Amino acid sequence: MNRRFWVYIEQEDGKAHQVSWELLGVARRLADEIKDELEKTGDTALVEGVLVGHQMDEVAREALHFGADNVYVVDDPAAKHYLNKPYTEVLTHLVKKHQPEVMLVGATTLGRDLAGAVATSVGTGLTADTTHLAMGSPKEGQPKLLMATRPAFGGNVIATILCRNHRPQMATVRPRVFPMPSRLAEAKSNIIHEDITITPDMVNAEIVEIITKKGSDVKVDYADVIVAGGRGLGNAKGFELLQQLATELGGVVGASRACVDAHWISYDHQVGQTGKTVRPKLYIAAGISGAIQHKVGMQESDFILAINRDPNAPIFEIASMGIVGDLYEVIPSMINQIRALKEAQHVH
Amino acid sequence: MFHALVSIKQVPDTTNIRIDPETNNLIRQGVPTILNPYDAHAVAAAVEWKRKLNGKVTIITMGPPAAITSLRECIEMGADRAILISDRAFAGADTWATSYVLTEVIQAVHKEDPLDLIFFGKQAIDGDTAQVGPGVAVRLDLPVVTYAVKIHEVNTAEKFVVIERKTESRNEVIKAKLPAVMTCEKEIADIPYASLPDLVYSLRYEPEVWTTEGPITFDPAQLGLKGSPTTVFRTGTPEKHKAGEVLKTAETGVDVAVKTAFDKILEVEGVASMLGVQR
Ligand SMILES: Cc1cc2nc3c(=O)[nH]c(=O)nc-3n(C[C@H](O)[C@H](O)[C@H](O)COP(=O)(O)OP(=O)(O)OC[C@H]3O[C@@H](n4cnc5c(N)ncnc54)[C@H](O)[C@@H]3O)c2cc1C
Ligand SMILES: Nc1ncnc2c1ncn2[C@@H]1O[C@H](COP(=O)(O)O)[C@@H](O)[C@H]1O
Repeated sequence: MNRRFWVYIEQEDGKAHQVSWELLGVARRLADEIKDELEKTGDTALVEGVLVGHQMDEVAREALHFGADNVYVVDDPAAKHYLNKPYTEVLTHLVKKHQPEVMLVGATTLGRDLAGAVATSVGTGLTADTTHLAMGSPKEGQPKLLMATRPAFGGNVIATILCRNHRPQMATVRPRVFPMPSRLAEAKSNIIHEDITITPDMVNAEIVEIITKKGSDVKVDYADVIVAGGRGLGNAKGFELLQQLATELGGVVGASRACVDAHWISYDHQVGQTGKTVRPKLYIAAGISGAIQHKVGMQESDFILAINRDPNAPIFEIASMGIVGDLYEVIPSMINQIRALKEAQHVH
Repeated sequence: MFHALVSIKQVPDTTNIRIDPETNNLIRQGVPTILNPYDAHAVAAAVEWKRKLNGKVTIITMGPPAAITSLRECIEMGADRAILISDRAFAGADTWATSYVLTEVIQAVHKEDPLDLIFFGKQAIDGDTAQVGPGVAVRLDLPVVTYAVKIHEVNTAEKFVVIERKTESRNEVIKAKLPAVMTCEKEIADIPYASLPDLVYSLRYEPEVWTTEGPITFDPAQLGLKGSPTTVFRTGTPEKHKAGEVLKTAETGVDVAVKTAFDKILEVEGVASMLGVQR
């Protein structure tokens, strides 16, 4: 028997969303976590991607490079753009046909729209916005289940959720909660074209216009360096200073919600529970107190430098290094020192 | 006549949640409850269109009797009818079991008085799942537009609606057949000030209460904890990260503190090469 771990490969305009690759990495780890059970039963675990769209073979091949054993592809001109009902019907059909044990979907706007609908139409449970996933036995000796852990009550509590009697066990995961797996140079060549067409009765809505937002190309969620500012900046102008440091470090500017609420900076920059989850190599938090809703969005960063006047600010509890001081003294010094460092090494 | 239904939830105000530092337990006592903020904006939008099209707005919620205060708040905003769906048998419902109950009620309301638009909030701030709206839409087999920011047009004669929704990278304008389901962002409408007649009406308004006894019947196997595919296995408090060294500029001076920080930062794997400097 095959035990299938599925990942929904999300695409918009023919481009894959990076969270899909992150989830393939998670699915591989989950499949490895049931090795002991496989040895006993002789079953095989498969990590598989599911992809819906039009002319998506290149994306499908990428999925194989990120570790999928198989990729199921539904190719139809009518599926070029995501729409809830046709996508839900196609996925429901595939789930019923192949009976995956686990199905992971990115907790993006599109993924959440889809996952809730698929779970309902298949008749199974769905855990939203999970931050930790593992295969484990609820009681010793029992078969392993997906243990899906998620924050609740604004991040103050974490809860582990099980879906005992329905399959697949579904979960959505936010981008950047899990690291990117490494890309394999060699890929399998198992693209399976599923012969499903989208019939007119599956279409109950249409996209009549697409409005591309201007200026929304700040990709905080995928930046390697983030210089984030909080209310401690005192005003909107403070972000110009942070931007200077971010530019020197090749990074982008992030913000706490307090600054977004004060209209000092746009929502695209917000990090936290109701903003972006980030996982940069370096996160600099300047004038941010470190409320739980902010921390849940950035605590997985590799290195956190906190700068705050208040030695008791909660941000110091999770900082890899802290500087107690005035950010208006510390940040300019950082800009000078990094410039001097580059100058000394003739890097431009 | 235009008929809209809004499904609302009363939620604990998560801004005010505190953790007992000794026991690490949630302090539930004294946490105020509010109308879920996204739902309030959904009600505002429904009322706005009822006024434009001379229609009617029905509010439903599944929850404890205390949720009546949130229903009254919706009446105050201009809704016409409110139904509290309340029964011990519903307790412990996950989003699947919740969407079952709401679907049955919406169908009953629709039979009495056909619906055009069914509004949900984007998500409830206590669980943040955003699953109930799409779940109900699937059960009703109706079009769903999530993350709606603007209603461009409601055409009850030709039975379609044009709604703008927000995705991560762009906005999409979607035309869907009526009746349709939508889940709302805050931008969908501003919360209006209550008019005096609505205020007076709300004070005396008694919401209808629907239970497992009637006026409609539910399949007991689909209700509450028993009808929920997901169960909470355990709860805990988030792991605390280890804190690193903290320097005070008052003691070390600014430049020394910054220099120490850079030395550490450049030790982080990949950072030095990323910045194009050598350690
Ligand atoms: C449902 C919900 C969702 C939320 N979602 C988010 C979210 O996604 N993201 C988010 O960030 N917040 C979120 N919040 C808000 C969060 O609770 C905090 O209110 C917010 O993060 C505080 O922002 P802040 O740290 O910038 O401001 P403050 O808490 O006011 O902190 C300012 C800090 O700056 C320091 N400071 C002042 N001047 C200086 C100076 N010159 N130099 C150095 N330090 C200085 C002060 O000591 C203080 O610690 C949410 C809240 C709720 C209820
Ligand atoms: N118990 C409930 N009764 C009525 N509506 C609800 C209930 N729970 C959730 N909703 C609706 O579903 C939306 C999304 O909730 P959720 O899926 O829990 O994030 C909310 O904004 C409400 O509109």
